[in-house]
Amino acid sequence: MSPKREKDAITGVETTGHEWDGISELDNPLPRWWLWIFYGCVVWSIGYWVVMPAWPLLTDYTRGIWGHSQRQQVVADLDALKASRGAIGEKLTSMTLEQIEADPTAQQAALAWGKSAFGDNCATCHGAGGGGAKGYPNLNDDVWLWGGSLEDIRHTITVGVRSTSEETRQSQMPAFGRDGILEPAQIRDLSEYVLNLSGRSTDPEAVGRATQLFADNCSTCHGADGKGNRAFGAPNLTDADWLYGGDKQTIIETITKARSGVMPTWGGRLDAPTINALAVYVHSLGGGE
Amino acid sequence: MTGLAPAEPHPAPVEAAAGVTRSDVEAVNSATRRTLYKAREPIYPKSVKGTFRRIKWAVMAVLLAIYYIVPFIRWDRGPGNPDQAVLVDLDRPRLYFFFIELWPQEIYFLAGLLILAALSLFLFTALFGRVWCGYACPQTVWTDLYIAVERMIEGDRSQRIRLSKEPWTLRKVGKRVAKHAIWLLIAIATGGAWVLYFYDAPTFVAEFFTGQAPMMAYVFVGILTFTTYSLAGFMREQVCTYMCPWPRIQGAMVDAESISVTYLKARGEPRGRHKKGTSWEGRGDCIDCNQCVAACPMGIDIRDGDQLECINCGLCIDACDEVMDKIERPRGLIAYESHKGIERRRKGETSKLQWLRSRTVFYAVILVAVGSVMLAALIDRAPLDLNVIRDRNPLYVRLANGQIRNAYTLKIMNRTTEPAKLVLWTGGLEGVDLKVAGHTPPEDLSIVVQPDEIRSVRLLVTAPAGTPPDSSLPISVGVADENGKVAASDDTVFVTGAP
Repeated sequence: MSPKREKDAITGVETTGHEWDGISELDNPLPRWWLWIFYGCVVWSIGYWVVMPAWPLLTDYTRGIWGHSQRQQVVADLDALKASRGAIGEKLTSMTLEQIEADPTAQQAALAWGKSAFGDNCATCHGAGGGGAKGYPNLNDDVWLWGGSLEDIRHTITVGVRSTSEETRQSQMPAFGRDGILEPAQIRDLSEYVLNLSGRSTDPEAVGRATQLFADNCSTCHGADGKGNRAFGAPNLTDADWLYGGDKQTIIETITKARSGVMPTWGGRLDAPTINALAVYVHSLGGGE
Repeated sequence: MTGLAPAEPHPAPVEAAAGVTRSDVEAVNSATRRTLYKAREPIYPKSVKGTFRRIKWAVMAVLLAIYYIVPFIRWDRGPGNPDQAVLVDLDRPRLYFFFIELWPQEIYFLAGLLILAALSLFLFTALFGRVWCGYACPQTVWTDLYIAVERMIEGDRSQRIRLSKEPWTLRKVGKRVAKHAIWLLIAIATGGAWVLYFYDAPTFVAEFFTGQAPMMAYVFVGILTFTTYSLAGFMREQVCTYMCPWPRIQGAMVDAESISVTYLKARGEPRGRHKKGTSWEGRGDCIDCNQCVAACPMGIDIRDGDQLECINCGLCIDACDEVMDKIERPRGLIAYESHKGIERRRKGETSKLQWLRSRTVFYAVILVAVGSVMLAALIDRAPLDLNVIRDRNPLYVRLANGQIRNAYTLKIMNRTTEPAKLVLWTGGLEGVDLKVAGHTPPEDLSIVVQPDEIRSVRLLVTAPAGTPPDSSLPISVGVADENGKVAASDDTVFVTGAP
């Protein structure tokens, strides 16, 4: 449709020639200052090309004479953040964990700091809320393999479990089946004995047969009553909490092949205030001990 | 440009001289062609006296006074709290308005206020057309102020026109320098007053002049000085005509009963000069003196009818009324009138503003409704506010003895000036065991929330053995005061992990 420019009868102004449902547009001249703003924007953009990173090149880009870089900006922002945390970081380093927990300001700061550090470092295995998974302890409950006091938690975080640290928390359950220490039938009997510890056995005869087996092979670490021993990180077998599963099949598997979960050492990777904050945060998840 | 049709039909080819044919051609770039861009033509509004001018002065005085004085009003809120009546405290962050103190999470009150402002604009526009533009808009108020300064120094319309055409004598330079100096002072005061709403006003004034104010404050004062100076001094009507979206939106709010400044054609036409003592028979009341045009700050001729530039300020009405008094004709040749009102006049009926119309009633009802909701919300604001967030990861925890525990994070806001001594509380589930993460001993349920503080606390709730095996049980979590009276609580659920 070719535009038909006409003179508008009322205003005497020419129309653009386009018409929409009987409405046509007047072709009034733009104000000149509008044009100046356009020129101003052109000048601005040229200036922008010169001072800021702007044009992509084949393998690089024009850097701009101000040397602005968003990466550097992030680094600077992170440094500023660290600096702004300086005071509270000092507090979290110098105070004892008990003092941190008792001081509302320090505690709230530790919880926030710990939560963010937990998300970055711990959540991969323990879950975002510390809910755990098979083989990875739930940090919200009242079961602690190596102890649940503030100090125990801080030590576990610092040295890890079966980690590369020289001070690591260390213990190893023998693989009774794989290494031929016990016969499969004995392991089946033992599993009934373990089930019986939490009152779930259905085979009293097997429990009787395994009593001596448990005393000979298991009680050293798990205790004569099966209540575990934190010195070895040996779990309590009488409670309702099972790290790998509490059904008969899983218990047989555990006795046969043993378990050796690993937690890395964080002592060399995280700074003192972060580890302290993490200890307070993890302690807060389940109320700790 | 090919679409340009000649005004007249093509004349037949004619000879320009012997042997020379005259082409019917028009130069593409001829001077008569319209330019693509048009420079702003300065407008020199003439001063007028009259009802609407007086209203405009009064409105201007009140609005400017509010703008410049309000930050200096003090309001005692007790020690440690700012004593400025109206203050946007971005550091804390709080919004203070006399006895009201809003926290960031209550920003919806501000949204509600903006909705109320928009609705009142709708209502006023439906009734009185663009009165906002003509009387209360900052652009109008500051432009009016700047024109008043201009008039004070350079004189009225004719003197200003003459001055602009004069060569640059010392006198002209002096006047121009004085005008721009005063304009700049007003602009700085305007930018400065804006910043006062974000700082303690007296402190800021002292810091500003001793160079101790924060850099951002100077930047903002600079920006607002620039906008005030350029928009009120130079852009003026260009802002309303080309920049502002509000005049375009207003088109949807007016109808045939909305009043706007109108030249009553039926009474004024045919217009023409009038000699004293001659008859008014057979002619209109308009003597074509152009006083209405000279007075118009938008540079239009109201006698051309409704125009998008018109801001409904009524200064042409005052100008015309002055003239009508002089020639002893009735006032109101130009008047606030609606399209329907003109029709009623034509039929010989009296024209009255129709207050009750579907759209005015509609706007008023929404206005009252939103206002009531906001007022109710404001009255209902508890000095102690509580948010309960239940743990979703993990949903529940099985303890060593097989019992189920849920965790809830309570965020307690104390808006009072006193520390709140509280005790954590749950209801709806009998015999639960409560522990607080980080408390020694964890069974200690008491908590103190300092004034003006949000305290976050994690409550661990363990259900007793024999709890109904429903997968999710209703539970209330909250805080009670020292006397055991529940101060605030939230309904949530307890997840048992049962399928």
